[in-house]
Amino acid sequence: MAKTITIDPVTRLEGHGKITICLNDAGDVDRAFFQVPELRGFEAFCVGRQAEDMPQITSRICGVCPTAHHMAATRALDDLFQVTPPPAAHAIRKLFYNLFMFEDHLLNFYYLGGPDFIVGPDAPAADRNILGVIQTVGVATATKVIEIRNRCRDLMAWMGGKVVHPVLGLPGGVSKAITEEKRQELRGFASDAVAFAGFTLDTFHSIVLDNPTHVALIGSENYFERTNYMGLVDAQNRVDFYEQDVRVVDDEGREIERFAPRDYASVIAEHVEPWTYIKFPYLRKRGWLGFRGGAGSSLVRVAPLGRLNAAEGMQTPRAQEEHDRLYATLGGKPAHHTLAWHWARLVEVMQAAETVQQLAKAPELTDPHIRNLDLKTPTSGVGIVEAPRGMLVHHYETDANGVVTAANLLVATLFNSAAICMSIEKAARGLIKGGRVEDGMLNRVEMAFRAYDPCFSCATHHLPGHMALTVQVRAASGETVVVVTRDDEGRETRTPAPVARPPAARSECRRT
Amino acid sequence: MTVKPKVAFYWCASCGGCEETVVDLGARVLDVVAAVDIVFWPCALDFKTADLAALADGAISVAFVNGAVRTSEQAHMAELLRRKAACVIAFGACACHGGIPALANLTSRERILQRSYHASPTVDNPAGTEPRESTTIDGHRLNLPAFADTVHKLSDVIAVDYSMPGCPPTPDNLWQAVNLILTGKLPPRGAVLGSVKSLCSSCPRNDSRPDDPTIPKIRRLIDVVVDPATCLLAQGLVCMGPATRDGCGARCIEGNMPCTGCYGPAADVQDQGARMVSALGTILQNDAGDQGTAALDDPAGTFYRYTMAASLLGAERKDV
Repeated sequence: MAKTITIDPVTRLEGHGKITICLNDAGDVDRAFFQVPELRGFEAFCVGRQAEDMPQITSRICGVCPTAHHMAATRALDDLFQVTPPPAAHAIRKLFYNLFMFEDHLLNFYYLGGPDFIVGPDAPAADRNILGVIQTVGVATATKVIEIRNRCRDLMAWMGGKVVHPVLGLPGGVSKAITEEKRQELRGFASDAVAFAGFTLDTFHSIVLDNPTHVALIGSENYFERTNYMGLVDAQNRVDFYEQDVRVVDDEGREIERFAPRDYASVIAEHVEPWTYIKFPYLRKRGWLGFRGGAGSSLVRVAPLGRLNAAEGMQTPRAQEEHDRLYATLGGKPAHHTLAWHWARLVEVMQAAETVQQLAKAPELTDPHIRNLDLKTPTSGVGIVEAPRGMLVHHYETDANGVVTAANLLVATLFNSAAICMSIEKAARGLIKGGRVEDGMLNRVEMAFRAYDPCFSCATHHLPGHMALTVQVRAASGETVVVVTRDDEGRETRTPAPVARPPAARSECRRT
Repeated sequence: MTVKPKVAFYWCASCGGCEETVVDLGARVLDVVAAVDIVFWPCALDFKTADLAALADGAISVAFVNGAVRTSEQAHMAELLRRKAACVIAFGACACHGGIPALANLTSRERILQRSYHASPTVDNPAGTEPRESTTIDGHRLNLPAFADTVHKLSDVIAVDYSMPGCPPTPDNLWQAVNLILTGKLPPRGAVLGSVKSLCSSCPRNDSRPDDPTIPKIRRLIDVVVDPATCLLAQGLVCMGPATRDGCGARCIEGNMPCTGCYGPAADVQDQGARMVSALGTILQNDAGDQGTAALDDPAGTFYRYTMAASLLGAERKDV
């Protein structure tokens, strides 16, 4: 008799990601579904709005990564109005953006995915959180994390007006210049940021890489998926969060696409399923081949390891060193290890910090000429940036007055959503045999998607918390066979009777 | 032992920015946790509807609810919290006035589905598939919540005791509210927990505002390089300051951009957009004529950016 396992909701995720795992008659995993139950309609209600309002309106797609949407929209406006921002404006935007990547990635490492490794995947769930991290790395370190993040966000607030929903992006430039005084503050911050990134890497090495159990876990087949990879690269094919071309490599690391943002729709297509509001992007030339990886797959993965795989290297020296170490450890490039997303994220933390350091010294940074008003009559514009959680596309069409007539937004979560289904399925397959739900299964399944960065779990960006879960094993008739719950203190209990379902919330890094 | 007041946080249709405000309390969040019992907070704590339902009616002292309301599930949760909480605070622009998600009231459910699943340059959907409330695949049933026509502000769905506008409200705003709660100094029910003045009253550019500003025409941000010191209205830009409640710290102005009105209507203002139109009417030169407002290409989205669910326009739409 076929059974269904539902994980609903996945709560420490901000909002609602619902996981349904279908078993076959033998009780082994047949298929996994990751459902996103919300749609807000940004693409429709951006129509009729003034194009220059897009950076502020679309930042409301996500309050945790508003800067990514703000910047993608701003890049799209440059393209729409065919305007080149002055050097100072580019420098300010890039600096702002790298500050954002730095603080967002760090938060992930210390609060979200990191605890699985820093504290340990088999540690009691009650310790597997930021409090456990503090115990492991010490209060002094935890204070440093909070302090460096506060300084980063204060600088961002000064530059962008607000941290949550910034206002600096305009077609052809930015709204506010940088003073010499602020440059000095940025320089001081940057050297501390680079030092902190180095400290964080050292911590990762000593706690994770020096531990054979953890290394084996990263290499485990349960967390291994061969797909294509995609990310922004500079002219030398190095990882860049802000520009310029998109590069796609296959599962062997061969370049199969390299395109300018404007050509995105000729390379990427989206598949619609009736059971979720999220869409599933794939490589148009290969066609929709379903939820499968391996050679010839049409799926692409994005975000830290996807970006590193899609590039040939990093832009800064210490990030490059760490990049080389990562691939030497994982056995070459591309690496298909889902849990190595965490490591790649730290490589990017270093690049972000080093980039801030470089830009803080750039002579053009404090040039007061921050806006080019030589705007052409608009028709269509595309902007692509690398959000912390992967490639983000904003595409607007307008009338001659710059009023939006059509919008298309491809958010990072979309690109990884099919792979997330597959990763969950694989992890579940390794743990569920003959209909038996193993103890400890819950965290192992969580780890399969947490690696992608809690795009749907920014809630854990917020407070130390546990992921409360309910797993229902249901017969095809709908009758609940067994329920496994884990409370917020990490206690797992099993009951034969059905329990009331927790309320559903919404999805994170949201569907637009 | 004194029983600590029970507090709940919940979200409806929102972006997570209001949750960031709680986190950005920084070390002060520890004081909050020490002073109250947080009994329900989906983003951070284990929770079940059953747990909430099991509380006695009115057992929660204060429930902070952010986000607009679009689905039946959100309405259901709002109603449940209303029963369980002695006091409900609409937290943030979306709960107070609809916020950015309520711009969807300017379009329709059909157009949203059309745009998302059919008329996109990337969607390849020859079978015309759309997400459905219930789908059966290989004998497995998968459900999705329904997607409603209209976005509502919280007070359309339940009685709201206090409002705290802002997109998002600042940590200082929240901290002040928490102190009012803990010291029992909340104002009479129905009040907005915030300033009674308009943003212009605290604008750092007040000194540069002419006593009697006049402008020949309204200009868009694509037409001007914004001067970093002068009153934005005097530069011809639509700065929502005159119609908007103070309390944000003029953050956008500090970023050298006009106020877009996220704190909603000022204390003496019924309809934020109407007040702003009126304010512009007084500063546009008498002989400006149609040219004066020719650049206003999106009046609804400009004047009601965050208040569509609370505006006269929004109310009319719902009756259609």
